[in-house]
Amino acid sequence: MITYEWLFILAGAFFAIWALLSLRDRKWGNAAFWGLLAASFFFGSHLSDFANGVLVLAMVGIAGVGGLKRSDPPTTTLEERLNFSALLGNKLFVPALIVPITAVAGTLLYNYTPFGETGLFEERRETLILFGIGVLFALAAAMVWLRPPVLAPAEEGRRLLDSIGWAAILPQMLAALGAVFALAGVGDIIGAMAGAVIPEGSILLTVIVFALGMALFTMIMGNAFAAFPVMAAAIGIPLLVEDYGGNPAVIGAVGMLAGFCGTLMTPMAANFNIVPAALLELKDQNGVIKQQIGTAIPLWVCNVVIIYVGAFLLWT
Amino acid sequence: MNYWPLAGIAIVVAGFALRFNPLLVVVVSALATGLLAGLDFVAVVEALGKAFNDNRYISVTWIILPVIGLLERYGLQQRARGLIENMRGATMGKLLVVYLGFRQITAAIGMKDIGGHPQAVRPLVAPMAEAAAEKSHGDLPDEEREKVKAMSAATDNVGLFFGEDIFFAIASILLIQGVFESAGYPLTPLQLSVWAIPTAICAFLIHGGRLLAMDRRLGKLPAVETEAGR
Repeated sequence: MITYEWLFILAGAFFAIWALLSLRDRKWGNAAFWGLLAASFFFGSHLSDFANGVLVLAMVGIAGVGGLKRSDPPTTTLEERLNFSALLGNKLFVPALIVPITAVAGTLLYNYTPFGETGLFEERRETLILFGIGVLFALAAAMVWLRPPVLAPAEEGRRLLDSIGWAAILPQMLAALGAVFALAGVGDIIGAMAGAVIPEGSILLTVIVFALGMALFTMIMGNAFAAFPVMAAAIGIPLLVEDYGGNPAVIGAVGMLAGFCGTLMTPMAANFNIVPAALLELKDQNGVIKQQIGTAIPLWVCNVVIIYVGAFLLWT
Repeated sequence: MNYWPLAGIAIVVAGFALRFNPLLVVVVSALATGLLAGLDFVAVVEALGKAFNDNRYISVTWIILPVIGLLERYGLQQRARGLIENMRGATMGKLLVVYLGFRQITAAIGMKDIGGHPQAVRPLVAPMAEAAAEKSHGDLPDEEREKVKAMSAATDNVGLFFGEDIFFAIASILLIQGVFESAGYPLTPLQLSVWAIPTAICAFLIHGGRLLAMDRRLGKLPAVETEAGR
């Protein structure tokens, strides 16, 4: 049976290669950071919880002192890219399409045909495992078709990875924060406080408070990912899912999107809102936000309605 | 009831507001929350290590980078620009509506780095929108020119935010999965990502409608207008 453990070894191999290439490039901080992440993928299941915790602290330490640098591996020039793009045309999109097609078609086949009875994949893990398989297919197809130098995919991947930097593990860290919050009982405390404020049994009002909390926390923190574990632990899970029996998939997915509406309205989300204003040389640094408010508010209302209808009225 | 663990939330809010490294903020918040809830230091580090380890699958998604990087090496970005440039001749509103749809669809199938402000909006989308607005309307007052440029950036953001979650192997979807799984509610990524579709449709209708309304408003604006009356 193919389990997540296989996927972790695959990901570990990718990050180990990136660590070695960083080492060759004399980017010590990058090499240490990606090397530790590779170690987490390879050995995490066999290390003690405390050792894993120390590994996390070490990675955060490297990122915290600014140890991660952008990298500039050799690649094609703009002129070469223009020529290739004219030569190869829209076929360039095909390898990228292999990944979602493998994962979605594979998941459907696995769940709705006898293929699923083979028990090939770990239960509920098939989509992400098929994503990994799709990546391997797409890489193989692109290598055969384009015939780049052997190290090109690794170096091009490193170029993109180092442009993301430490932010690559932020979602994983935030999920871990959510788990620590849950352990410390943060959700229970806020749930009790919110329960005292929201009139007993008003599902719609609770949905509104949850969606509003997502948007406001996102605006304060500039990041819906950071708001999510907090609001899920506070209202989403204890009140909407547990007390009122709502559909957790809708509450989670659309709750996050209510947070994205907040992202559209805050200068704290600088990458999306302030940087483009500067790039476009706007006189008003909040010019982009002003154009987004008219979309964000009605869309937030839509999200409230979708949660209320999808998670409660359609879910019995 | 012990309210002290809530300090962890305050640390996240303050840390992000003060622009400390977010990873650092998150770890300090996790440690503080655990300690204030009465756990000892070793137990908190263990809890953090276990939670990080349990959520490794979220970071697996980066293995797609070599595929995207390789295609970029052979002109993926330039090809995407070519597709957008084919829209020359449309009005500003229609141009941006098509870009919105293009951005949502490419993000929904995992190509969220097609587009973006430095790569697409500044060199391509904003100048084309500006040119289209001038062509159908004539010389624009500065204030309107600013709005057209800002709307181009806004369209990129809306398209990305409300397209990317339809792709299941993306950090936000797996973060949701991780948080719910830690709380005892196992979900699959596809279960979550299909619920991004209704919002994506609403986003297209609302933002698309606003873009076309902006076209109409620009159409009604006298060609050589001063900002005085507005």
